[in-house]
Amino acid sequence: MIREPLIFEISDKGKKAFALPKLDVPEKKDVLAGFSVRKDIADFPQVSEVEVVRHFTRLSQQNYCVDLGFYPLGSCTMKYNPKVNEKVAGFREFALSHPLAPETTIQGNLEIIKLVEDYLCEIAGMDAFTLQPSAGAQGELTGMMLVRARLEESGNPRKYVLTPDSAHGTNPSSAHLCGYTVQEVKSNANGTVDLDDLALRMNEDVAALMLTNPNTLGVFEYDIKKIAAIVHAKGGFLYMDGANMNALTGVCRPGDMDVDVIHINLHKTFSTPHGGGGPGAGPVGVKKILEPYLPIPRVVRRGEGFGLSFDHPKSVGRVRSFYGNFLVIVKALAYILTLGPDGIREIAEIAVLNSNYIRKSLETLYSLKYTTPTLHECVFSDRIQKELGVSNLDIAKRLIDYGLHPPTMSFPLIVHGALMIEPTETESRRDLDMFIEAMTNIAREAKENPEILKSAPHHSYVRRLDETAAARHPIVKWIRESKS
Amino acid sequence: MSYISLSENDKREMLARIGVSSIDELYGCVPDELRLKRRLRLPVALSEPELVRQFERLAGKNSFPGMLSFLGAGSYRHFIPSVVDYLSSRGEFLSPYTPYQPEISQGTLQVIFEYQTLVCQLTGLDIANASLYDGASAAAEAVLMANRLNNKAKILVPRSLHPQYRETIRTYIKNLGVRIEEVGFTSAGALDLADVARKLDKDTSAVLVQSPNFFGVIEDLEKIGEFAHGHQALFVVTVAEALSLGILEAPGNAGADVVCGEAQSFGLPSNFGGPVLGFMACKKEHLRQLPGRITGQTTDVDGKRGFVLTLSTREQHIRREKATSNICTNQAWCALRATIFLETLGHDGLREAAIHNIQKADYAADRLGRIAGVKRKFGGRFFNEFVLELPREIPKVNEALLAKGVVGGLDLGRYYPELGRAMLVCVTEMHSKEDIDRLAATLEETLR
Repeated sequence: MIREPLIFEISDKGKKAFALPKLDVPEKKDVLAGFSVRKDIADFPQVSEVEVVRHFTRLSQQNYCVDLGFYPLGSCTMKYNPKVNEKVAGFREFALSHPLAPETTIQGNLEIIKLVEDYLCEIAGMDAFTLQPSAGAQGELTGMMLVRARLEESGNPRKYVLTPDSAHGTNPSSAHLCGYTVQEVKSNANGTVDLDDLALRMNEDVAALMLTNPNTLGVFEYDIKKIAAIVHAKGGFLYMDGANMNALTGVCRPGDMDVDVIHINLHKTFSTPHGGGGPGAGPVGVKKILEPYLPIPRVVRRGEGFGLSFDHPKSVGRVRSFYGNFLVIVKALAYILTLGPDGIREIAEIAVLNSNYIRKSLETLYSLKYTTPTLHECVFSDRIQKELGVSNLDIAKRLIDYGLHPPTMSFPLIVHGALMIEPTETESRRDLDMFIEAMTNIAREAKENPEILKSAPHHSYVRRLDETAAARHPIVKWIRESKS
Repeated sequence: MSYISLSENDKREMLARIGVSSIDELYGCVPDELRLKRRLRLPVALSEPELVRQFERLAGKNSFPGMLSFLGAGSYRHFIPSVVDYLSSRGEFLSPYTPYQPEISQGTLQVIFEYQTLVCQLTGLDIANASLYDGASAAAEAVLMANRLNNKAKILVPRSLHPQYRETIRTYIKNLGVRIEEVGFTSAGALDLADVARKLDKDTSAVLVQSPNFFGVIEDLEKIGEFAHGHQALFVVTVAEALSLGILEAPGNAGADVVCGEAQSFGLPSNFGGPVLGFMACKKEHLRQLPGRITGQTTDVDGKRGFVLTLSTREQHIRREKATSNICTNQAWCALRATIFLETLGHDGLREAAIHNIQKADYAADRLGRIAGVKRKFGGRFFNEFVLELPREIPKVNEALLAKGVVGGLDLGRYYPELGRAMLVCVTEMHSKEDIDRLAATLEETLR
């Protein structure tokens, strides 16, 4: 493959890919007088349009993506992103809407927000939703702020938040940003919350338990109602991290599990593309008791239409500008309307079928630390291969040679050398079998030819990269080399 | 319509291999009492033609895009070259995850590296992150970063900062022992330096300033920076209209320690407020406290240049509660669009576009200011927004304008009751002289 230079390396003075129309107002000569103007922007690119197009087209070809193949990144729900969703979200009536436009001129947008709030309430079994949070982590922060506001009102915001030792890193980080000290709850031999440990740690200084269900092992917290009861008995709140909703849609609802507050990732369960890292959306759903604290503005029904309502004195305020990642919300609505009630249930059922098919097919080759039944994802480890000197990293990198994206690695932290596999519901039998076959070959290669794993990948655009050097001597932007 | 790829036969065979007779059996680990015994109450599934019709119906309820608008206030309409939509809609950019596996993510990683470089060039700082959610949350992150850097509790925040940025900062700091003190503005609409001097003390962590500020006025950054540094406070500059960076002196050159803001102007439509693009850059000595992802250059085992996510010991997936921020998913695809946009406009295009904004806004301010009873509220130099004082209630004026297909400027009454009948007008390179004259004529008619 051609090595694609940085744009700065092909830039040259005077090249252009853009022209403005001639200025049609009378030009004022001294218009730049009176403030600090920059002479130039040193080293800013100057290239032609063809160069721009080839540059990004070539760069795009160095990416693996869902449109290309199987992407079993556990906890990330890399399902297919329907193309019609992109089409409708691109309608100019949505994209060109100014967020401060008069309400009468953006009724379609407000209706979309309200519809998605209502549908998420039904799917999650909650009483109200806010769509403002930009991503899962901001949803967590928002959710914990609601809890804190409610507790503060009753006199004591409390000091601690509990998270299981299997939790996503964002959970403790979000709790900390909300002013809480984090305490870990142990997992039991099944990989689920240890009820005795929870009961021991749960007291009137604890604001909430943040729990992912099914948890990061893919295991459903069978005792969720008991967990909720332990937390509620001490006046705490049960926060559910909805990152794994893809296992549950239409089958069971967090609201019915006595969850008080939940965030959902539209870029996971509701099919919006991840865009190489974002944008996503992290709507937060609550039970009635937390509704008064939701961020403002809220979308309300007004007569035949919709309006924005700011008069919520107990609200925690806003967590960002405007109303959230609106176009992501549009795509989620398109997805919900396309699938309907049966399709939404089918998401979860087939995701669970696919995951169990992979688990069953690989369980004699790779170690499962927890043999508890799992739903939409399963977590193997490198325990067996480790004895041959092969790590989860080597396995992951070798998968790249088979034309596949590796699973999530080294998470959850309670499984040493983890390989976390989430196939999602959209994959074909052929894709699942290709992955199983690759993993089967790799298990054999680990025995017969471990070197081929340790030096993988062999066929990618670049080979194994030195991440330690990158962190030790950070080069985080291009700098012109001085000519000597 | 569904997006399932299994046939009935596949399902049967897969169940057989697993050793269960039904999918229901796989849910045996969910207590029966928690299983939903009914269908979800959602509308029945739509086919693609029905779906498109449904969204055409919803889109039809938005009359705004057909109107002539002069709204800005943190969301701007600029020209977006065709290559931006064309290239950014490629599945290779749209459908991958965060580049955790660098060997098969060099496209995304190199784009972020170029993006970081462009942000550094524009802001005049050393290091930029890979994006944040938006300008408002970026300002909040900057405030928290300043507090981590010097452990001081007080932040000076101007009243001329975007009201939604102020609200967001307030939400973020509420539970963290950081407090804000508001600094006023002068009759020219600029930051009140005397008020800054009064409020700056040894407990001040940072002085935050927006430039151009919410009223469109360009601030004297150098002077404000000297004040801040004179009291060992950090100097944080936020930019809500990133296009201004194409012509205004880079804040980093004027002494800023941290520059953050909103880069929606770089290749993103208004999108009804989101997705947009938060950015942040800082001096290299503050690198360890910068929130968000960072891409760095390295080499592979063959010595070939490549890029990886780096310095992740700042981040939540490694440091958990000790991380610099809880951010995980960011706005990477928006940063891609900004990168394509900036590389397409290039050095001269960006500068010329910025100058067109200044020229057109200047013409508009002049033209509108000649209407009887209308005057510019502030004397300060401005980029593409300015405040008008009108002889009549703004909501009434805007209603009359709207009836004629014109969306006037933002009514500042709700945010700044002290300003009286004031309207924030935004004019960009997208407005023709004819558009501006139409606003003037319609306003004249309305006020008559």
